Amino acid sequence: MMPEIGHFALIIAFCLTLMLAVVPAWGAWRGNATAMALAPTLAVGILVFVGISFACLASAFLQDDFSVALVASHSNSLLPPIYKFAAVWGNHEGSLMLWALILALWTAAVAVFSPQLPLLVLSRVLAVMGAIGVGFLSFSLVTSNPFARLLPSTPVEGSDLNPLLQDPGLIIHPPLLYMGYVGFSVAFAFAVAALLGGRLDASWARWSRPWTNIAWGFLSLGIMLGSWWAYYELGWGGWWFWDPVENASFMPWLAGTALIHSLAATDKRGLFKSWTVLLAIFAFSLSLLGTFLVRSGVLTSVHAFATDPARGMFILVFLAIVVGGSLTLYAFRAPTVSSRVTFAWVSRESLLLCNNVVFLVATLTVLFGTLFPLIVDALGMGKVSVGPPYFNAVFVPLMVLLVPFMGIGPLSRWKGDDIARWRSELIIPALAAVACGLTFPLLNAPYNIWVALSVLLSSWLCLGLAQDVWRRLRNASSAARGLRRLTPGYCGMLIAHLGFAACVIGIVATSQYSLERDLRMSPGDTQELAGYDFKFVEVTQVRGPNFIADEARVVVSRDNAIVTTLLPQKRRYLAGGSVMTEAAIDPGLFRDLYVAMGEPVGNDGAWAMRLHYKPLVRWMWLGAIFMAVGAFTSVLDKRYRGQRGVVHSDSKAALHGA
Amino acid sequence: MGPRLKLFFPLILFAMLAITLFRGLSLDPSEMPSALIDQPFPPFSLPSVNTGKSLSQADIEGQVSLVNVWATWCVACRAEHPYLRQLAQSGIPLIGLNYKDQDADAQRWLEELGDPYRFNIADHDGTLGLDLGVYGAPETYLVDAAGVIRYRHVGVVNEGVWNTILQPLYQELIVHSGAQ
Repeated sequence: MMPEIGHFALIIAFCLTLMLAVVPAWGAWRGNATAMALAPTLAVGILVFVGISFACLASAFLQDDFSVALVASHSNSLLPPIYKFAAVWGNHEGSLMLWALILALWTAAVAVFSPQLPLLVLSRVLAVMGAIGVGFLSFSLVTSNPFARLLPSTPVEGSDLNPLLQDPGLIIHPPLLYMGYVGFSVAFAFAVAALLGGRLDASWARWSRPWTNIAWGFLSLGIMLGSWWAYYELGWGGWWFWDPVENASFMPWLAGTALIHSLAATDKRGLFKSWTVLLAIFAFSLSLLGTFLVRSGVLTSVHAFATDPARGMFILVFLAIVVGGSLTLYAFRAPTVSSRVTFAWVSRESLLLCNNVVFLVATLTVLFGTLFPLIVDALGMGKVSVGPPYFNAVFVPLMVLLVPFMGIGPLSRWKGDDIARWRSELIIPALAAVACGLTFPLLNAPYNIWVALSVLLSSWLCLGLAQDVWRRLRNASSAARGLRRLTPGYCGMLIAHLGFAACVIGIVATSQYSLERDLRMSPGDTQELAGYDFKFVEVTQVRGPNFIADEARVVVSRDNAIVTTLLPQKRRYLAGGSVMTEAAIDPGLFRDLYVAMGEPVGNDGAWAMRLHYKPLVRWMWLGAIFMAVGAFTSVLDKRYRGQRGVVHSDSKAALHGA
Repeated sequence: MGPRLKLFFPLILFAMLAITLFRGLSLDPSEMPSALIDQPFPPFSLPSVNTGKSLSQADIEGQVSLVNVWATWCVACRAEHPYLRQLAQSGIPLIGLNYKDQDADAQRWLEELGDPYRFNIADHDGTLGLDLGVYGAPETYLVDAAGVIRYRHVGVVNEGVWNTILQPLYQELIVHSGAQ
């Protein structure tokens, strides 16, 4: 009965999204305030019904209702309850439900937390989000019904969740990632609403900025978790593979990074209006494209869902309507007159433009690299795959180009600045950065030029920020007052940029200084790696809730003092019989020690073992967390909280204007 | 170019992208027949995984058989493996093409999970895979007694695939070669 209620709730939610897409839009067009006022109510209603539907699906998983096909093929009664819950989105149909739920969440959030928004704008924004909801809910209902039953031949046991996905990282990775993906739909909806209304002023940028920052923060966290999960769960010690599915999440992030910076210029200075609108469309389009690539089976990937050409066609048509439609609207409605606001070449505007160019080029190179195999195939020129060498070759120079400008950015002034001022402010940070860059790698022989470069760039970035904070405090009457005057928006930028610097150092140091040994080890053997002694003590059999494992005991010591004991496992899952490697990691701020078991070798109890030493690997994930925290902090800024009284009359004016 | 026309540029780019993606859909790897259908199996000279002795296309001829592309790094192959053993037990001749793999890994896999194959071709560098147009493991080719490729299946062979697609073709080829 529960699955049917869930299915029914999903159908009701679909009808409500249809109403949300049509009624407020009609109201906005005809100037009918009643129809427009319906939008927030509908948005909340959609959340309620998608929520009911999702809860029904989750309860089917938690109660082992194997009469539901999805549960039977992706769960198992032995699975720990938390994984049963996570199994809801560990498959195509269920993850689509999560998409729909998060979209409903964002739509309702816009409806509830935008009291200062003119009703006309709000109704258009919600109508656009409703239209996106129509696409996703019909996709779910027509091609991927999660509630399909296996009646009357109900299996007694489910065939289990893919063991790779039975992991804490996977419980939260997709929800965070989707919060980011789907969150860009808000920026998209604001952009389209602005185009529809023909009022492309700075206000739409101010309204959509906090939403975009939050979405970008979630996306950063989601990508970070994905990388972390790959690192410890796949057992190779790798953290980024330039896999099509990873790229699918990375492209919206790159475009989103360009967008949040371009929005800053539009918000503060009324510049780059058409450009920002285009970026907002672009960022969300890439999220949709990612969905298409992951679910249509046009590209092969380690993460791909079960694929189906019919589903691919559905998303492609949806993509064509949403992206094609919004770009057509853009072509007809975007303002062609260049804005009367001007800026000098030496100014913060120019630096933000640099950011935009770099991130756009980065997005396009990743897009091209991801689609290249498909393009070659479509032209009938055979099958190729583009690997990490291509991506690294284009990405590294781009980032090297970016950071020097990033160091000046926070210090620079809007409208027009003075090179001489930059020189006097930044000469000390520049010299200090060069000194840091040159000396740091000396601590670690052999001297590594890439590490030197990354430390130089990162310290340039950090010292530039420090200089700017000091400049601001210097001008205040007291340090405490100066600190208080740093707005949340500024602090957010500070934290996020520091995070970026940490990320750069982490990535380069790990890539350059990591050590790895593949060894045959018998019980009692000791091997040395990077000054640590790894003693393989024994292998024992352990039993988990749904697996049996061979667990090795590896005692790690340094200078005869025990550092830690690592317990890597080789698991065999009972339901599917699949074998999984569970790496054991001793994490640290400055280095990770990582042990993974290969296969047993010979009959004397020896095993193939893989030992890794990974310096500063945590820094890139910490950096991503900093970026997200920075994005969330910036939202607290007072400038995003409109003054009600003023806006009220504004909304009336807007209403009459329509 | 007028200022308005320039704004159509993103739309045009997207249209081109959408057409490529549409082509991509119709090129769906599991739908696509191999260019080698009804062509002789490409000539090769590669060692056997198990014994190291040299194998060639002549070893495939003589009876209707299934050539299964697999690798130890392929998760789906592990899922497919038990059913291949069932097929081998019911007397279907299976030939393994161990694709881009290490012999030691492959031998351990066969020891651990059982060996359903008559023999295994060691295609370390994927050269034969390239000639065959292998998209990824697992793939299975139906080859007739004259060594001509008759069907290509991309993805896991399971009971459904065997019963609905491969077995009818296999039976047809058996009857056909018997009549010759």
